[in-house]
Amino acid sequence: MIRKSFAGIGVLLFTFYIAATVSAPATTHTYFPADTIPSRFGFGAPASEARIAVWDIDVRPDGKGLPEGTGSVIRGKEIYQLKCASCHGVTGKEGPFDKLVFDPDSKAKTIGNYWPYATTVFDYIQRAMPFNQPGSLTPAEVYSLTAYLLYENKIIEETTVITKNNLATIQMPARGLFIPDTRTDGPEIK
Amino acid sequence: MDTTRHKFSRREILKSTTIPFLVLAQSEQGKTWQIPSAEDDPAKIPGAPVGTLGTRSAFENLRKTASDISARTPLQDLHGMITPSDLHFERDHAGVPEINPEKHELLIHGMVERPLVFKLADLKRFPSVSRIAFLECSGNYRGKESGEISPQEICGLTSQSEWTGVKLSTLFREAGVRNTATWFLAEGGDAAVMTRSIPVRKGWEDAIVAYAQNGEAIRPEQGYPFRLFLPGYEGNTNIKWLRRIELSDEPFHTREETSKYTEVVGEGKIRQFSFVMDARSIITFPAYPYHVEKGWIEIKGIAWSGRGKIVRVDISTNGGKSWEKSELQDPVLDKAHTRFRFLWQWDGTETVILSRAVDETGYVQPTLKILKEARGGYMGYHYNPVTGWLLKPAGEVLFQPT
Repeated sequence: MIRKSFAGIGVLLFTFYIAATVSAPATTHTYFPADTIPSRFGFGAPASEARIAVWDIDVRPDGKGLPEGTGSVIRGKEIYQLKCASCHGVTGKEGPFDKLVFDPDSKAKTIGNYWPYATTVFDYIQRAMPFNQPGSLTPAEVYSLTAYLLYENKIIEETTVITKNNLATIQMPARGLFIPDTRTDGPEIK
Repeated sequence: MDTTRHKFSRREILKSTTIPFLVLAQSEQGKTWQIPSAEDDPAKIPGAPVGTLGTRSAFENLRKTASDISARTPLQDLHGMITPSDLHFERDHAGVPEINPEKHELLIHGMVERPLVFKLADLKRFPSVSRIAFLECSGNYRGKESGEISPQEICGLTSQSEWTGVKLSTLFREAGVRNTATWFLAEGGDAAVMTRSIPVRKGWEDAIVAYAQNGEAIRPEQGYPFRLFLPGYEGNTNIKWLRRIELSDEPFHTREETSKYTEVVGEGKIRQFSFVMDARSIITFPAYPYHVEKGWIEIKGIAWSGRGKIVRVDISTNGGKSWEKSELQDPVLDKAHTRFRFLWQWDGTETVILSRAVDETGYVQPTLKILKEARGGYMGYHYNPVTGWLLKPAGEVLFQPT
Protein backbone atom coordinates (compact mmCIF):
# COMPACT_ATOMS: atom_id res chain seq x y z
CA MET A 1 0.00 0.00 0.00
CA ILE A 2 2.74 2.40 1.05
CA ARG A 3 4.93 1.35 -1.88
CA LYS A 4 2.04 1.99 -4.25
CA SER A 5 1.66 5.54 -2.94
CA PHE A 6 5.36 6.24 -3.45
CA ALA A 7 5.11 4.91 -6.99
CA GLY A 8 2.13 7.19 -7.53
CA ILE A 9 4.09 10.21 -6.34
CA GLY A 10 6.95 9.22 -8.60
CA VAL A 11 4.67 9.16 -11.64
CA LEU A 12 3.15 12.46 -10.53
CA LEU A 13 6.56 14.11 -10.16
CA PHE A 14 7.62 12.78 -13.55
CA THR A 15 4.47 14.21 -15.12
CA PHE A 16 5.23 17.62 -13.51
CA TYR A 17 8.77 17.40 -14.86
CA ILE A 18 7.52 16.79 -18.40
CA ALA A 19 4.96 19.59 -18.10
CA ALA A 20 7.61 22.01 -16.82
CA THR A 21 9.98 21.06 -19.63
CA VAL A 22 7.35 21.45 -22.31
CA SER A 23 6.03 24.77 -21.02
CA ALA A 24 9.48 26.33 -20.49
CA PRO A 25 9.97 29.43 -22.65
CA ALA A 26 11.75 28.99 -25.96
CA THR A 27 14.21 31.75 -25.10
CA THR A 28 15.85 32.60 -21.79
CA HIS A 29 15.67 36.24 -20.86
CA THR A 30 18.67 37.93 -19.27
CA TYR A 31 16.56 38.94 -16.27
CA PHE A 32 14.48 35.81 -16.21
CA PRO A 33 13.46 35.24 -12.61
CA ALA A 34 14.74 32.03 -11.06
CA ASP A 35 11.38 30.92 -9.69
CA THR A 36 9.60 27.67 -10.17
CA ILE A 37 6.11 28.72 -11.18
CA PRO A 38 4.80 27.67 -14.57
CA SER A 39 5.88 29.94 -17.40
CA ARG A 40 2.30 30.14 -18.63
CA PHE A 41 -1.03 29.86 -16.86
CA GLY A 42 -3.36 30.48 -19.79
CA PHE A 43 -5.19 33.30 -17.96
CA GLY A 44 -6.48 36.36 -19.80
CA ALA A 45 -7.42 36.44 -23.46
CA PRO A 46 -5.57 36.99 -26.74
CA ALA A 47 -5.62 40.62 -27.89
CA SER A 48 -6.47 40.99 -31.57
CA GLU A 49 -4.98 43.69 -33.79
CA ALA A 50 -8.35 45.45 -33.75
CA ARG A 51 -8.43 45.36 -29.94
CA ILE A 52 -4.90 46.74 -29.67
CA ALA A 53 -5.65 49.53 -32.16
CA VAL A 54 -8.38 50.96 -29.90
CA TRP A 55 -5.87 51.94 -27.19
CA ASP A 56 -2.53 52.02 -29.02
CA ILE A 57 -2.28 55.78 -29.57
CA ASP A 58 1.33 56.49 -28.60
CA VAL A 59 3.76 58.19 -30.94
CA ARG A 60 7.51 57.57 -30.65
CA PRO A 61 10.31 60.05 -31.52
CA ASP A 62 10.99 58.08 -34.73
CA GLY A 63 7.42 58.78 -35.83
CA LYS A 64 6.16 55.25 -35.20
CA GLY A 65 2.50 55.47 -34.25
CA LEU A 66 1.67 58.68 -36.15
CA PRO A 67 -1.71 58.50 -37.92
CA GLU A 68 -2.38 59.56 -41.51
CA GLY A 69 -3.04 63.27 -41.88
CA THR A 70 -1.62 66.73 -42.35
CA GLY A 71 -1.87 70.04 -40.54
CA SER A 72 -1.20 73.72 -41.25
CA VAL A 73 -0.11 76.64 -39.08
CA ILE A 74 -3.11 78.73 -40.17
CA ARG A 75 -5.64 76.06 -39.25
CA GLY A 76 -3.76 75.35 -36.02
CA LYS A 77 -3.99 78.99 -34.96
CA GLU A 78 -7.79 78.93 -35.39
CA ILE A 79 -8.16 75.77 -33.29
CA TYR A 80 -5.72 77.09 -30.69
CA GLN A 81 -7.71 80.32 -30.20
CA LEU A 82 -10.91 78.35 -29.87
CA LYS A 83 -9.82 75.44 -27.64
CA CYS A 84 -6.45 76.23 -26.02
CA ALA A 85 -5.97 79.97 -25.47
CA SER A 86 -8.15 80.17 -22.33
CA CYS A 87 -5.67 77.96 -20.44
CA HIS A 88 -2.35 78.64 -22.20
CA GLY A 89 -2.73 82.32 -23.17
CA VAL A 90 -3.56 84.15 -26.39
CA THR A 91 0.01 83.76 -27.72
CA GLY A 92 0.97 80.70 -25.65
CA LYS A 93 3.20 82.79 -23.39
CA GLU A 94 0.68 84.00 -20.81
CA GLY A 95 -0.72 80.97 -19.04
CA PRO A 96 -2.38 80.69 -16.53
CA PHE A 97 -1.58 76.99 -17.09
CA ASP A 98 1.55 75.65 -18.84
CA LYS A 99 3.27 78.23 -21.02
CA LEU A 100 3.93 76.67 -24.41
CA VAL A 101 5.79 79.33 -26.39
CA PHE A 102 9.37 80.38 -25.65
CA ASP A 103 9.75 83.88 -24.26
CA PRO A 104 13.32 85.14 -23.78
CA ASP A 105 12.12 87.25 -20.83
CA SER A 106 10.72 84.22 -18.98
CA LYS A 107 12.29 81.19 -17.29
CA ALA A 108 9.30 79.03 -18.23
CA LYS A 109 10.02 75.57 -19.63
CA THR A 110 8.33 75.70 -23.03
CA ILE A 111 8.19 73.66 -26.24
CA GLY A 112 10.82 75.99 -27.72
CA ASN A 113 13.42 75.63 -25.00
CA TYR A 114 12.64 72.40 -23.10
CA TRP A 115 10.95 69.82 -25.36
CA PRO A 116 13.46 67.48 -27.09
CA TYR A 117 11.08 65.87 -29.61
CA ALA A 118 8.34 67.34 -31.82
CA THR A 119 6.54 63.99 -31.77
CA THR A 120 5.89 64.44 -28.04
CA VAL A 121 3.83 67.57 -28.79
CA PHE A 122 1.60 65.53 -31.09
CA ASP A 123 1.37 62.58 -28.69
CA TYR A 124 0.42 64.70 -25.71
CA ILE A 125 -2.18 66.87 -27.47
CA GLN A 126 -3.74 63.77 -29.00
CA ARG A 127 -4.02 61.86 -25.70
CA ALA A 128 -4.81 64.51 -23.13
CA MET A 129 -5.95 67.82 -24.65
CA PRO A 130 -8.00 69.95 -24.46
CA PHE A 131 -8.15 69.45 -20.69
CA ASN A 132 -11.96 69.52 -20.56
CA GLN A 133 -12.38 67.31 -23.67
CA PRO A 134 -9.39 64.96 -23.67
CA GLY A 135 -8.90 62.84 -26.76
CA SER A 136 -11.55 64.72 -28.74
CA LEU A 137 -9.37 66.13 -31.54
CA THR A 138 -9.05 64.59 -35.02
CA PRO A 139 -5.56 63.70 -36.34
CA ALA A 140 -5.76 66.69 -38.73
CA GLU A 141 -6.55 69.01 -35.80
CA VAL A 142 -3.65 67.61 -33.76
CA TYR A 143 -1.27 67.99 -36.73
CA SER A 144 -2.44 71.59 -37.17
CA LEU A 145 -2.04 72.48 -33.47
CA THR A 146 1.43 70.90 -33.49
CA ALA A 147 2.33 72.96 -36.57
CA TYR A 148 1.06 76.18 -34.97
CA LEU A 149 2.97 75.63 -31.70
CA LEU A 150 6.18 74.76 -33.56
CA TYR A 151 5.75 77.90 -35.67
CA GLU A 152 5.10 80.14 -32.63
CA ASN A 153 8.29 78.71 -31.09
CA LYS A 154 10.17 79.70 -34.29
CA ILE A 155 10.99 76.07 -35.11
CA ILE A 156 9.20 75.86 -38.49
CA GLU A 157 8.10 78.35 -41.17
CA GLU A 158 4.52 79.60 -41.35
CA THR A 159 4.02 77.76 -44.65
CA THR A 160 5.35 74.38 -43.46
CA VAL A 161 2.74 71.64 -43.58
CA ILE A 162 3.20 69.00 -40.88
CA THR A 163 2.62 65.40 -41.92
CA LYS A 164 3.18 61.86 -40.76
CA ASN A 165 6.41 61.85 -42.77
CA ASN A 166 8.11 65.08 -41.64
CA LEU A 167 7.18 65.51 -37.95
CA ALA A 168 9.90 63.17 -36.68
CA THR A 169 12.57 64.95 -38.75
CA ILE A 170 12.05 68.34 -37.11
CA GLN A 171 15.06 69.35 -34.98
CA MET A 172 14.02 70.75 -31.62
CA PRO A 173 16.21 73.42 -29.95
CA ALA A 174 16.36 71.46 -26.65
CA ARG A 175 17.31 68.14 -28.28
CA GLY A 176 20.98 68.29 -27.27
CA LEU A 177 20.34 69.29 -23.65
CA PHE A 178 19.01 66.00 -22.34
CA ILE A 179 21.32 63.48 -20.70
CA PRO A 180 20.45 60.13 -19.12
CA ASP A 181 20.59 59.58 -15.36
CA THR A 182 24.13 58.65 -14.34
CA ARG A 183 23.48 58.40 -10.59
CA THR A 184 24.46 54.99 -9.22
CA ASP A 185 24.17 53.12 -5.94
CA GLY A 186 26.83 54.46 -3.58
CA PRO A 187 28.02 57.59 -1.82
CA GLU A 188 28.20 60.00 -4.75
CA ILE A 189 25.85 63.00 -4.56
CA LYS A 190 24.57 63.93 -8.01
CA MET B 1 -24.70 52.69 10.82
CA ASP B 2 -23.95 56.22 11.93
CA THR B 3 -27.58 56.61 12.91
CA THR B 4 -27.40 53.49 15.07
CA ARG B 5 -24.32 54.80 16.79
CA HIS B 6 -25.84 58.20 17.32
CA LYS B 7 -28.60 56.69 19.45
CA PHE B 8 -26.02 55.51 21.94
CA SER B 9 -23.52 58.39 21.69
CA ARG B 10 -21.72 58.90 24.97
CA ARG B 11 -21.01 62.48 24.14
CA GLU B 12 -24.69 63.21 23.64
CA ILE B 13 -25.44 61.78 27.04
CA LEU B 14 -22.52 63.57 28.64
CA LYS B 15 -23.61 66.87 27.15
CA SER B 16 -26.86 66.54 29.05
CA THR B 17 -25.09 66.03 32.35
CA THR B 18 -23.41 68.90 34.13
CA ILE B 19 -20.11 68.60 35.95
CA PRO B 20 -20.83 70.05 39.40
CA PHE B 21 -17.32 71.27 40.27
CA LEU B 22 -13.66 70.75 39.35
CA VAL B 23 -11.22 68.98 41.63
CA LEU B 24 -7.65 70.14 41.06
CA ALA B 25 -4.29 68.64 42.03
CA GLN B 26 -0.62 69.63 41.50
CA SER B 27 2.03 67.47 39.80
CA GLU B 28 5.72 67.25 40.79
CA GLN B 29 6.62 69.88 38.17
CA GLY B 30 4.08 72.21 39.71
CA LYS B 31 1.53 71.73 36.94
CA THR B 32 -2.15 71.71 37.70
CA TRP B 33 -4.15 68.60 36.79
CA GLN B 34 -7.82 68.02 37.05
CA ILE B 35 -8.87 65.02 39.12
CA PRO B 36 -11.53 63.15 37.12
CA SER B 37 -15.00 63.20 38.55
CA ALA B 38 -17.34 60.18 38.52
CA GLU B 39 -19.85 62.08 36.36
CA ASP B 40 -17.19 62.46 33.66
CA ASP B 41 -16.19 58.78 33.66
CA PRO B 42 -16.92 56.90 30.38
CA ALA B 43 -16.60 53.66 32.35
CA LYS B 44 -19.96 54.46 33.94
CA ILE B 45 -21.92 54.38 30.66
CA PRO B 46 -22.34 51.39 28.30
CA GLY B 47 -20.51 52.05 25.03
CA ALA B 48 -21.67 52.10 21.44
CA PRO B 49 -22.62 48.75 19.89
CA VAL B 50 -20.45 46.92 17.38
CA GLY B 51 -20.53 48.31 13.84
CA THR B 52 -19.91 47.09 10.31
CA LEU B 53 -17.16 49.62 9.60
CA GLY B 54 -14.56 51.10 11.94
CA THR B 55 -14.33 54.83 12.52
CA ARG B 56 -11.74 57.28 13.79
CA SER B 57 -12.21 58.87 17.17
CA ALA B 58 -14.12 62.12 16.98
CA PHE B 59 -11.17 63.64 18.85
CA GLU B 60 -8.77 62.92 15.99
CA ASN B 61 -8.69 65.11 12.92
CA LEU B 62 -6.27 63.59 10.43
CA ARG B 63 -6.32 65.29 7.04
CA LYS B 64 -4.30 65.45 3.88
CA THR B 65 -3.58 69.00 2.70
CA ALA B 66 -4.90 69.31 -0.81
CA SER B 67 -4.10 71.62 -3.72
CA ASP B 68 -5.59 71.43 -7.22
CA ILE B 69 -3.20 68.67 -8.24
CA SER B 70 -1.92 66.91 -5.12
CA ALA B 71 -2.68 66.06 -1.49
CA ARG B 72 -0.03 65.55 1.19
CA THR B 73 0.23 62.97 3.96
CA PRO B 74 0.22 64.39 7.53
CA LEU B 75 3.60 62.87 8.44
CA GLN B 76 3.77 64.72 11.77
CA ASP B 77 0.54 63.06 12.97
CA LEU B 78 1.35 59.45 12.06
CA HIS B 79 3.05 56.59 13.90
CA GLY B 80 4.67 53.35 12.83
CA MET B 81 5.55 52.49 9.25
CA ILE B 82 2.21 52.16 7.46
CA THR B 83 0.31 55.15 6.10
CA PRO B 84 -3.45 54.74 6.56
CA SER B 85 -4.81 54.24 3.03
CA ASP B 86 -7.08 57.27 3.15
CA LEU B 87 -4.10 59.45 4.10
CA HIS B 88 -1.81 58.17 1.35
CA PHE B 89 -0.54 61.13 -0.67
CA GLU B 90 -2.18 61.78 -3.99
CA ARG B 91 -0.99 63.31 -7.24
CA ASP B 92 -3.32 63.27 -10.20
CA HIS B 93 -2.89 64.83 -13.62
CA ALA B 94 -6.51 64.91 -14.76
CA GLY B 95 -8.56 63.87 -11.75
CA VAL B 96 -9.52 60.50 -10.29
CA PRO B 97 -11.43 58.39 -12.85
CA GLU B 98 -14.40 56.28 -11.83
CA ILE B 99 -13.59 52.83 -13.18
CA ASN B 100 -15.84 49.81 -13.22
CA PRO B 101 -13.49 46.83 -12.83
CA GLU B 102 -15.79 44.69 -14.97
CA LYS B 103 -15.08 46.98 -17.92
CA HIS B 104 -11.42 47.71 -17.20
CA GLU B 105 -8.65 45.72 -18.89
CA LEU B 106 -4.88 45.49 -18.94
CA LEU B 107 -3.52 45.15 -22.47
CA ILE B 108 0.02 43.85 -22.97
CA HIS B 109 1.36 44.09 -26.51
CA GLY B 110 4.27 45.29 -28.65
CA MET B 111 7.42 43.15 -28.60
CA VAL B 112 5.72 40.06 -27.20
CA GLU B 113 4.95 36.62 -28.59
CA ARG B 114 1.31 36.72 -27.46
CA PRO B 115 -0.54 40.06 -27.04
CA LEU B 116 -2.98 39.56 -24.15
CA VAL B 117 -5.74 41.33 -22.25
CA PHE B 118 -6.52 40.73 -18.58
CA LYS B 119 -9.45 41.63 -16.37
CA LEU B 120 -9.01 42.22 -12.64
CA ALA B 121 -10.35 38.70 -11.98
CA ASP B 122 -7.67 37.26 -14.31
CA LEU B 123 -4.89 39.08 -12.47
CA LYS B 124 -6.15 37.70 -9.15
CA ARG B 125 -5.81 34.11 -10.44
CA PHE B 126 -2.04 34.46 -10.86
CA PRO B 127 0.36 33.79 -7.96
CA SER B 128 0.26 36.90 -5.75
CA VAL B 129 2.92 38.84 -3.94
CA SER B 130 2.82 41.41 -1.11
CA ARG B 131 5.42 43.99 -0.28
CA ILE B 132 5.67 46.90 2.15
CA ALA B 133 7.42 49.79 0.42
CA PHE B 134 7.31 53.56 0.22
CA LEU B 135 5.99 55.56 -2.70
CA GLU B 136 7.31 59.09 -3.12
CA CYS B 137 6.76 61.86 -5.65
CA SER B 138 10.07 63.12 -7.03
CA GLY B 139 8.86 66.70 -6.60
CA ASN B 140 8.75 66.23 -2.83
CA TYR B 141 10.54 69.19 -1.28
CA ARG B 142 9.40 72.59 -0.09
CA GLY B 143 10.81 75.17 2.29
CA LYS B 144 9.51 78.38 3.79
CA GLU B 145 11.34 81.54 4.76
CA SER B 146 9.46 81.97 8.04
CA GLY B 147 10.14 78.38 9.11
CA GLU B 148 6.43 77.92 9.80
CA ILE B 149 6.05 74.78 7.71
CA SER B 150 5.17 71.24 8.81
CA PRO B 151 6.68 67.90 7.67
CA GLN B 152 3.44 67.40 5.72
CA GLU B 153 4.15 70.52 3.66
CA ILE B 154 7.91 69.95 3.40
CA CYS B 155 7.78 66.36 2.14
CA GLY B 156 4.29 64.91 2.61
CA LEU B 157 4.37 63.47 -0.91
CA THR B 158 5.68 60.19 0.49
CA SER B 159 3.62 57.37 2.00
CA GLN B 160 3.93 53.69 2.71
CA SER B 161 1.59 50.76 2.17
CA GLU B 162 1.55 47.03 1.89
CA TRP B 163 0.92 46.49 -1.83
CA THR B 164 -0.45 43.18 -3.10
CA GLY B 165 -0.74 42.07 -6.69
CA VAL B 166 0.86 39.97 -9.38
CA LYS B 167 4.51 40.27 -10.32
CA LEU B 168 4.89 41.97 -13.67
CA SER B 169 7.47 39.30 -14.53
CA THR B 170 4.69 36.71 -14.33
CA LEU B 171 2.67 38.68 -16.89
CA PHE B 172 5.79 39.21 -19.02
CA ARG B 173 6.25 35.45 -19.19
CA GLU B 174 2.57 34.90 -19.92
CA ALA B 175 2.81 37.27 -22.91
CA GLY B 176 6.26 36.04 -23.94
CA VAL B 177 8.24 39.29 -23.82
CA ARG B 178 10.97 39.17 -26.47
CA ASN B 179 14.64 39.35 -25.53
CA THR B 180 15.08 42.38 -27.77
CA ALA B 181 12.58 44.46 -25.75
CA THR B 182 14.45 46.99 -23.59
CA TRP B 183 11.72 49.42 -22.51
CA PHE B 184 8.01 49.31 -21.89
CA LEU B 185 5.37 51.98 -21.95
CA ALA B 186 2.96 51.99 -19.01
CA GLU B 187 -0.30 53.82 -19.64
CA GLY B 188 -3.15 54.76 -17.32
CA GLY B 189 -6.88 54.92 -17.92
CA ASP B 190 -7.34 58.44 -16.51
CA ALA B 191 -8.18 61.52 -18.58
CA ALA B 192 -4.45 62.32 -18.83
CA VAL B 193 -3.92 58.82 -20.29
CA MET B 194 -0.71 59.08 -18.25
CA THR B 195 2.31 57.44 -19.85
CA ARG B 196 5.85 56.68 -18.74
CA SER B 197 8.65 54.60 -20.29
CA ILE B 198 10.23 52.07 -17.92
CA PRO B 199 13.31 49.90 -18.50
CA VAL B 200 12.27 46.28 -19.08
CA ARG B 201 14.88 45.24 -16.47
CA LYS B 202 12.73 46.82 -13.72
CA GLY B 203 9.72 44.87 -14.97
CA TRP B 204 11.61 41.57 -14.59
CA GLU B 205 13.18 42.52 -11.26
CA ASP B 206 10.48 43.63 -8.84
CA ALA B 207 7.60 45.46 -10.54
CA ILE B 208 4.11 44.58 -9.32
CA VAL B 209 0.70 45.13 -10.87
CA ALA B 210 -0.96 45.93 -7.54
CA TYR B 211 -4.69 45.47 -6.93
CA ALA B 212 -4.64 45.77 -3.14
CA GLN B 213 -3.32 48.24 -0.60
CA ASN B 214 -3.11 47.54 3.12
CA GLY B 215 -5.30 44.47 2.87
CA GLU B 216 -8.19 45.80 0.78
CA ALA B 217 -8.81 46.74 -2.83
CA ILE B 218 -6.63 49.63 -3.89
CA ARG B 219 -8.41 52.97 -3.51
CA PRO B 220 -9.57 55.03 -6.52
CA GLU B 221 -7.07 57.76 -5.62
CA GLN B 222 -4.31 55.12 -5.74
CA GLY B 223 -5.30 53.60 -9.06
CA TYR B 224 -8.35 51.34 -8.64
CA PRO B 225 -8.70 48.65 -9.89
CA PHE B 226 -4.92 48.24 -10.30
CA ARG B 227 -1.73 50.21 -10.68
CA LEU B 228 1.89 49.66 -11.53
CA PHE B 229 4.10 49.57 -8.45
CA LEU B 230 7.84 50.03 -8.96
CA PRO B 231 9.68 49.79 -5.60
CA GLY B 232 12.09 52.70 -5.11
CA TYR B 233 11.12 54.48 -8.34
CA GLU B 234 9.75 58.04 -8.47
CA GLY B 235 5.99 58.19 -7.88
CA ASN B 236 4.96 59.28 -11.37
CA THR B 237 6.29 56.07 -12.95
CA ASN B 238 3.94 53.97 -10.77
CA ILE B 239 1.12 54.40 -13.29
CA LYS B 240 -2.32 54.39 -11.66
CA TRP B 241 -5.45 52.97 -13.31
CA LEU B 242 -3.02 50.93 -15.45
CA ARG B 243 -4.57 49.77 -18.71
CA ARG B 244 -1.80 49.24 -21.26
CA ILE B 245 1.78 47.99 -21.36
CA GLU B 246 3.63 48.16 -24.68
CA LEU B 247 7.02 46.48 -25.00
CA SER B 248 9.51 48.38 -27.14
CA ASP B 249 13.21 48.66 -27.98
CA GLU B 250 13.47 52.35 -27.10
CA PRO B 251 11.85 54.82 -24.71
CA PHE B 252 8.82 56.77 -25.93
CA HIS B 253 9.90 60.22 -24.60
CA THR B 254 6.43 61.10 -23.37
CA ARG B 255 5.55 64.56 -22.11
CA GLU B 256 5.98 63.50 -18.46
CA GLU B 257 9.53 62.20 -19.02
CA THR B 258 10.73 65.15 -21.11
CA SER B 259 9.03 68.44 -20.24
CA LYS B 260 8.18 67.27 -16.68
CA TYR B 261 9.97 64.99 -14.16
CA THR B 262 13.39 65.98 -15.54
CA GLU B 263 15.88 68.21 -13.73
CA VAL B 264 18.40 70.85 -14.77
CA VAL B 265 21.75 69.69 -13.40
CA GLY B 266 24.11 72.47 -14.49
CA GLU B 267 26.26 73.12 -17.56
CA GLY B 268 23.05 73.55 -19.50
CA LYS B 269 22.10 69.89 -19.17
CA ILE B 270 18.77 68.35 -18.24
CA ARG B 271 18.76 64.93 -16.56
CA GLN B 272 16.16 62.47 -17.84
CA PHE B 273 14.88 59.08 -16.63
CA SER B 274 16.00 59.75 -13.02
CA PHE B 275 13.99 56.86 -11.67
CA VAL B 276 15.47 55.95 -8.29
CA MET B 277 14.63 57.96 -5.16
CA ASP B 278 17.77 58.75 -3.17
CA ALA B 279 17.96 58.21 0.60
CA ARG B 280 16.16 60.67 2.79
CA SER B 281 14.92 61.27 6.32
CA ILE B 282 12.74 63.76 8.15
CA ILE B 283 12.23 64.34 11.87
CA THR B 284 8.46 64.29 12.34
CA PHE B 285 8.69 65.18 16.04
CA PRO B 286 9.60 67.69 17.29
CA ALA B 287 8.42 69.62 14.24
CA TYR B 288 6.31 72.64 13.35
CA PRO B 289 3.52 73.29 14.34
CA TYR B 290 4.13 71.51 17.67
CA HIS B 291 5.61 73.18 20.74
CA VAL B 292 7.96 71.33 23.10
CA GLU B 293 9.12 71.68 26.68
CA LYS B 294 12.60 71.30 28.03
CA GLY B 295 13.44 67.94 29.53
CA TRP B 296 13.18 64.53 27.89
CA ILE B 297 12.18 64.52 24.24
CA GLU B 298 12.00 61.50 21.99
CA ILE B 299 13.16 62.74 18.59
CA LYS B 300 11.43 60.58 15.98
CA GLY B 301 10.90 60.36 12.28
CA ILE B 302 11.13 58.30 9.14
CA ALA B 303 14.00 57.44 6.78
CA TRP B 304 13.90 55.66 3.43
CA SER B 305 15.91 54.92 0.30
CA GLY B 306 14.95 53.80 -3.19
CA ARG B 307 18.28 51.97 -3.41
CA GLY B 308 17.83 49.51 -0.55
CA LYS B 309 17.64 49.36 3.21
CA ILE B 310 18.35 52.15 5.64
CA VAL B 311 21.39 51.16 7.72
CA ARG B 312 21.74 54.23 9.92
CA VAL B 313 20.06 57.49 10.79
CA ASP B 314 22.36 60.02 12.44
CA ILE B 315 20.97 62.71 14.71
CA SER B 316 22.55 66.02 15.58
CA THR B 317 21.17 68.15 18.40
CA ASN B 318 23.72 70.94 17.92
CA GLY B 319 23.18 72.09 14.34
CA GLY B 320 25.46 69.48 12.78
CA LYS B 321 28.57 69.95 14.97
CA SER B 322 28.34 66.35 16.14
CA TRP B 323 26.23 63.32 15.21
CA GLU B 324 24.95 60.30 17.09
CA LYS B 325 23.25 57.10 15.92
CA SER B 326 19.50 56.81 16.41
CA GLU B 327 17.66 53.58 17.11
CA LEU B 328 15.96 51.95 14.10
CA GLN B 329 12.62 50.24 14.62
CA ASP B 330 12.35 46.71 13.26
CA PRO B 331 11.47 45.61 10.67
CA VAL B 332 13.92 47.55 8.51
CA LEU B 333 12.76 46.75 5.00
CA ASP B 334 14.19 47.20 1.53
CA LYS B 335 12.97 50.46 -0.10
CA ALA B 336 10.69 51.20 2.82
CA HIS B 337 10.00 53.94 5.36
CA THR B 338 11.95 53.04 8.49
CA ARG B 339 11.16 54.54 11.88
CA PHE B 340 14.01 56.06 13.88
CA ARG B 341 14.07 57.29 17.49
CA PHE B 342 16.55 59.20 19.58
CA LEU B 343 16.02 59.98 23.27
CA TRP B 344 17.37 63.40 24.15
CA GLN B 345 17.29 65.73 27.11
CA TRP B 346 16.83 69.32 25.99
CA ASP B 347 18.12 72.02 28.32
CA GLY B 348 15.87 74.64 26.79
CA THR B 349 18.55 76.64 24.95
CA GLU B 350 18.07 77.49 21.30
CA THR B 351 19.45 74.77 19.01
CA VAL B 352 18.93 73.04 15.66
CA ILE B 353 18.19 69.32 15.46
CA LEU B 354 18.90 67.34 12.29
CA SER B 355 18.52 63.80 10.92
CA ARG B 356 20.72 62.25 8.23
CA ALA B 357 19.88 58.94 6.53
CA VAL B 358 22.51 56.45 5.34
CA ASP B 359 21.49 53.55 3.09
CA GLU B 360 23.10 50.16 2.46
CA THR B 361 24.86 51.41 -0.68
CA GLY B 362 26.80 53.94 1.43
CA TYR B 363 24.80 56.96 0.29
CA VAL B 364 24.66 59.68 2.94
CA GLN B 365 21.76 62.14 2.76
CA PRO B 366 23.30 65.50 1.77
CA THR B 367 22.64 68.97 3.11
CA LEU B 368 20.73 71.41 0.90
CA LYS B 369 23.98 73.28 0.23
CA ILE B 370 25.88 70.17 -0.94
CA LEU B 371 22.96 69.01 -3.06
CA LYS B 372 22.54 72.41 -4.70
CA GLU B 373 26.26 72.54 -5.54
CA ALA B 374 26.09 69.03 -7.03
CA ARG B 375 23.19 70.19 -9.25
CA GLY B 376 24.97 73.26 -10.60
CA GLY B 377 23.01 75.59 -8.34
CA TYR B 378 19.63 74.45 -9.63
CA MET B 379 16.72 73.05 -7.66
CA GLY B 380 14.00 70.80 -9.03
CA TYR B 381 12.96 67.17 -8.90
CA HIS B 382 14.79 64.66 -6.68
CA TYR B 383 15.61 67.06 -3.86
CA ASN B 384 16.24 65.09 -0.67
CA PRO B 385 18.21 67.39 1.66
CA VAL B 386 18.79 67.01 5.38
CA THR B 387 16.01 68.98 7.05
CA GLY B 388 16.54 70.81 10.33
CA TRP B 389 14.28 72.07 13.09
CA LEU B 390 15.14 75.16 15.10
CA LEU B 391 14.02 74.81 18.72
CA LYS B 392 13.37 78.21 20.32
CA PRO B 393 13.63 78.62 24.12
CA ALA B 394 9.87 79.21 24.33
CA GLY B 395 9.32 75.78 22.76
CA GLU B 396 8.47 76.91 19.24
CA VAL B 397 9.78 74.56 16.51
CA LEU B 398 10.64 76.06 13.12
CA PHE B 399 11.87 74.60 9.81
CA GLN B 400 15.58 75.21 9.25
CA PRO B 401 17.06 74.61 5.78
CA THR B 402 20.57 73.14 5.61
